[in-house]
Amino acid sequence: MTEALVGEGRGANGAALVEMTMQQAINRALDTALREDPATLVFGEDVGRLGGVFRVTDGLQAAYGQNRVFDTPLAESGIVGLAVGLAMNGWRPIPELQFDGFAYPAVDQIVNQMARMHYRSRGAASMPITVRLPSFGGIQAPEHHGESLEALFAHVPGLKVVAPSDPNDAYRLLLQSIRSDDPVIYMEPKARYWDRRQVVLDGARAQAADTGGDPIGASRIARPGRHATLVAWGAMVHRCLRVAELAAEDGVDLEVLDLRWLKPIDTDGLAASVSRTRRAVVVHEAPLTAGLGAEVSSLITERVFCDLAAPVQRVTGFDVPYPAGPLEPQYLPTIDRILLAVQRTLEF
Amino acid sequence: MQTHAPPGAGSTPDRTGALPAESARRIYRDMLTARLLDTEAIALQRQGVFPAYVSLRGQEAAQVASAAALDRDRDFAFPTYREMAVALTLGVDMVGYLASHRALWHGGRYDPIASRFGSINAVVGGPVPHAVGWALGERLRGETGCAIAYFGDGASSQGDVHEALNFAGVFGSPVVFFCQNNRWALSVPNERQIAGGSIAARAAGYGMPGITVDGNDAAAVHNATRSALDRARSGGGPTLIEALTYRLAPHSTSDDTTRYRDRGEEHAWQERDPLPRLGTALEEAGHADTAFFEQIEDGARAAVERIRDGIATAPPPAGSDLFTYVYREPTEELARQQRLWREEVEP
Ligand SMILES: Cc1ncc(C[n+]2csc(CCOP(=O)(O)OP(=O)(O)O)c2C)c(N)n1
Repeated sequence: MTEALVGEGRGANGAALVEMTMQQAINRALDTALREDPATLVFGEDVGRLGGVFRVTDGLQAAYGQNRVFDTPLAESGIVGLAVGLAMNGWRPIPELQFDGFAYPAVDQIVNQMARMHYRSRGAASMPITVRLPSFGGIQAPEHHGESLEALFAHVPGLKVVAPSDPNDAYRLLLQSIRSDDPVIYMEPKARYWDRRQVVLDGARAQAADTGGDPIGASRIARPGRHATLVAWGAMVHRCLRVAELAAEDGVDLEVLDLRWLKPIDTDGLAASVSRTRRAVVVHEAPLTAGLGAEVSSLITERVFCDLAAPVQRVTGFDVPYPAGPLEPQYLPTIDRILLAVQRTLEF
Repeated sequence: MQTHAPPGAGSTPDRTGALPAESARRIYRDMLTARLLDTEAIALQRQGVFPAYVSLRGQEAAQVASAAALDRDRDFAFPTYREMAVALTLGVDMVGYLASHRALWHGGRYDPIASRFGSINAVVGGPVPHAVGWALGERLRGETGCAIAYFGDGASSQGDVHEALNFAGVFGSPVVFFCQNNRWALSVPNERQIAGGSIAARAAGYGMPGITVDGNDAAAVHNATRSALDRARSGGGPTLIEALTYRLAPHSTSDDTTRYRDRGEEHAWQERDPLPRLGTALEEAGHADTAFFEQIEDGARAAVERIRDGIATAPPPAGSDLFTYVYREPTEELARQQRLWREEVEP
């Protein structure tokens, strides 16, 4: 892997600032986890010798051996079921499900087993499992390779759900998920795998809580602004940042809130931002109906109703199956649609 | 399609004599205790103490004799919802176990990790892959424990069972897949469940031995399980055992068997009740006499009484238990909902 070390000894605890892609950042987080905790295991379809279809696990089997990083047969339910049994035997599994749409065959093990084993056993069996799930669309992929399952998983008691938007968060949030003793669905925005940015690599930190300050569930202001808040996660954060740049040319100052955690949702962060800007637009790739935008919109309305100058707007995918390549740009929230929603909320 | 009929006069003779006397006596004791506890549990359901109960009557040999082969310090059992006699054999706190049927807590109120007996699991086939993961974990750590996964003939149709068998075959994991083929999956008989007629025969496709045993012959079950465990422990990989048995009782206390099977079949299997069968074999082998049976029965009755008293006084779950175990690291949102519960719901 090629990484440009752009600074040394910067940040606390000897943390280094390194430029890398999101895919490399995830690889580095897995590497850190495998190194710091001998109970961690990485497994899934094609994650070993091949290094994963997105090369996210590249080199890990060579570095940590076939006991720590291994290929499984091609069966998603079996993969998650395996993780549950491993967790019951004291391991900290990090299974990969190769693509979003193929998490569906594992839904029973995720929902009926992994998410509630801790509850069922009255706390005797913890499930420190991080399911890595390459997610969302935007890469003109075949059917079932562009799905957004966050609302499905966020609905399940016992799960935590997170979607990073850039390499630094991808690194940090993955370590945080792995170190957590609860099961986490970690959704990797495929469209951002090759996005290259600076990452603060932590040195020898081993404490679960010590992952760079923010606790599980904290959102992030990706860009401060005054006139309206754009709420997004995963690849849509960058689209919203682009929208904010364009709007700025017209004198409209947009705040972009990267939700990051889709369960638990940072209600305080949302409320604080929207009570300042008084307007909110939620943007997601998933279809509209019963999507997470509804939840975000409700939370905003419940918390800061009196501060709102306009109804919360939603810009989302349509209620249709995820389409093939040429239609993808018309399905995903476009810059124009987001700008129109901003305009509606400003003119309300 | 050939499925199992009640083993009749032509079947293999009991090999109870092949069991060490002490093992056979202990197995008999646990089978009898399970039978009495099962009968008591049905009574408790009739009295309204249990909303529902799932009887294992007729499957005592399959459950006790297999569980008795486990090493309680090293091995781990993954049950469904019908493995009460396995729990009993492994020394699980039975008041905690029956808390599930008393509807106090779904998974039971015992510690599955300390008991080496998973939480009661109602997803047919669902826990079978967990046994493979647990066993793989054992091998990765260089330890010698084995997992046993219990499942039914109905569960054998589940994709998870196939996935688990295949994973175990590929990994060579130390797992014993123990299918109690009790002929009926609720109302559906083997003929409508098992293409090919044999679950054990499928083992060949997974590269592991498939053993069919008379599940009502305690010695046969015990010896088959012991061999499979020995094999797994010494690195020989998994085994699939199909124990042919019969559920003498309805599927659950809410079931009505007259809608799907005839009395004649039940009576035929009644003749093969594993409990008196083992008793007779013990006597014939000179391992037991009247005094033994009296002593065992007194002990079993006393044990059942203690469990019944425990159930009678088992406290209901605390309301806050709604929230306590959802996460290891609770979220602020759940804490908020718990405050709401305290203010608006808590009695
Ligand atoms: C996945 C799943 N589907 C359906 C059910 C409802 N159900 C509970 S038990 C049962 C029959 C199971 O038969 P079998 O696996 O042979 O076990 P047995 O009850 O005979 O012990 C059914 C259909 C369930 N619990 N889980």
